[in-house]
Amino acid sequence: MSSYWQDYFKKNGLALGLFMLLAVLIWTLVMIILPQLYMMDFSFRANVPPPQWGSETHVYTLEHYRYLIYGNVNSTDAINYIDLGVFGRTILASIFVTLIDVCLCYPVAYYLAHVAKGGWGRLMVMSLIIPFWVNELLRAFAFKVMFGTGGVINDVLIALGILDQPYDFIRENTALYSGLVYAYILLMIFPIYNAVESLDKNQIEAARDMGSPWWRIHWRVVIPHAKPGITSGCTMVFMLTAGALAAPQILGGPSSLWFTQLVYKWFNNSANWARGSAYALVLLILCIVFVLLMMRFFKVKLGEIAK
Amino acid sequence: MSADVKLEDVWIRFGEFVAAREVNIHIQEGEFFSFLGPSGCGKTTLLRAVSGFLSPSEGKVLIGGNDMAGIGPNKRPTALIFQNLALFPLMKVWENIAFALEVKGVGKAERRKRADELLELIALPDQGDKMVNELSGGQKQRVAIARALAAEPDVLLLDEPLSALDLKLRQHMRTELREIQQRVGITFIYITHDQGEALTMSDHVAVMSQGVIEQVSDGNTIYNAPESSFVASFVGENNHFAGTVTHVDSDFVVVDTPSGSLRARNIKRDGQEQLQSGDEAMVFIRPESLQFCDNQSFDNTLNAMVERQEFEGNFWHVFLDVEGSSRTVSLSMVNDGSSVVHEVGTSAKIGCNAALAVALPAGSLAAE
Repeated sequence: MSSYWQDYFKKNGLALGLFMLLAVLIWTLVMIILPQLYMMDFSFRANVPPPQWGSETHVYTLEHYRYLIYGNVNSTDAINYIDLGVFGRTILASIFVTLIDVCLCYPVAYYLAHVAKGGWGRLMVMSLIIPFWVNELLRAFAFKVMFGTGGVINDVLIALGILDQPYDFIRENTALYSGLVYAYILLMIFPIYNAVESLDKNQIEAARDMGSPWWRIHWRVVIPHAKPGITSGCTMVFMLTAGALAAPQILGGPSSLWFTQLVYKWFNNSANWARGSAYALVLLILCIVFVLLMMRFFKVKLGEIAK
Repeated sequence: MSADVKLEDVWIRFGEFVAAREVNIHIQEGEFFSFLGPSGCGKTTLLRAVSGFLSPSEGKVLIGGNDMAGIGPNKRPTALIFQNLALFPLMKVWENIAFALEVKGVGKAERRKRADELLELIALPDQGDKMVNELSGGQKQRVAIARALAAEPDVLLLDEPLSALDLKLRQHMRTELREIQQRVGITFIYITHDQGEALTMSDHVAVMSQGVIEQVSDGNTIYNAPESSFVASFVGENNHFAGTVTHVDSDFVVVDTPSGSLRARNIKRDGQEQLQSGDEAMVFIRPESLQFCDNQSFDNTLNAMVERQEFEGNFWHVFLDVEGSSRTVSLSMVNDGSSVVHEVGTSAKIGCNAALAVALPAGSLAAE
């Protein structure tokens, strides 16, 4: 073990070696592990005001988890339909958003990687990146205006005669899904682009030469090769969508809550950090489990998505 | 089924660059035909025009008499074997081979059966369930051939498929490719920069340089009666002597060179003698055609001094400084068991008969 460290410092030098060591240590410990441990600890404790934190009243309890599953003690329902319903809808909607992102981004990524040449390709990448300089809130509000009943989309659809009266895109969550799909598009395009780009063009030509129509080339050659990239994009988009707050808050219809909005409500409006932590932790863990299950189902190894 | 391939007045341009210039070739049904040329001569471009990945700027490609204009690579009766083979690494060996059948909608059991038959043909039985990357270079090579054959093409196109293999394997695969071609009986069009491959396997060879077909012939004619100075210098080793034609008689010419007057064959092109009296010419003499005179007499003799010699087992290679020539002249002789005949630094007369010397109009030579 000590010889390992000796080699490590000999190879990297003292300064770089220490920097890398500290950076990784601070990153994992301070940024990742500690806050989560805090949240976890909170989630298992009674909700008491901050001055009493650590005192005798700050006892360990499972009441917050119980609440998520069974609801209020006085509730007559068998389970907490409302919150669990929100949870389920959030997951389903996130899957939906992720699928739309894959369908949109795969062709773009393929085009960028194998068809677009030189300046045209760079222009496309630029026009993908630059819009993301606009901050998330501004973008969400802009979507709200655009999709509103007096917004440009309704105006155009009415002018074209497709609609006779404005359609409530906000209430029907069209604005929300569009906003979420758009928000994480780059996180889908670039991993797929990286994966597709490393495919040998000759393989595509070989498949074509053997009489394959374009869809079979993609199904049998390009997509299997790009699978790690697609998975990587999907996990990121899914996780971030399920954990999104601004877009659901601004663009969500009045009847549809995002699970993160519940978390936010417990932390902020109800000043119940303990319950908020419990909700957030459940969201995190179930999302991770879901992603791992999906990876298992599509036979992708964890190491592959880091390629 | 096999088909002939005809290129009629084919030009291929990329902007200003001309990759193929007025190419007219008729490749017979069922023959092994090679395009031989240095890299960048346009041979791969021509192959892509036949396979359909590229359409000629002018002219026609006909396969089995049908004009291929507007017909994509997936609809042509050709199968291409890529230089890097382009096997599908995520499919099993048998799935690779059966891919063309899968495209045609053949059922799985039938595909597997056909793949096994082809594995039998390429002498790799029972390897079907392996992944491609578990195979050796030569095995991958054979799988690529089987995969192409599974499409039952009329014409098989091969783009330098042996270049990634080591020498021994390459030589072995030459024989094997030729055997497979004769067994399946379809037209093979083979691209290579390796003259050994072209000469050993082919029925006919087209030598290309800078987009132009220099000569189309069987290997023997290409080697012994090259029609242009490029072909003479590109195919095999050759010594050359520049000079002016002073005399023409029947099939021979006499060329006056700084090393002396040399008598050589006047090689015909399209049935025409190429050299007239007064023309600038080059005389090509192969190393194995040169001999030390000792007590024999030859049509052509050169005064030389031994500069260096190399022993290669079956051959002695002697390099000589020839009077009037700034270039080192090489001479090869079969090792007949005698030890070094001529010491380095000694002068000697070397010579060859006119029938083994070739005179051609002065022109560009292959880069060395």
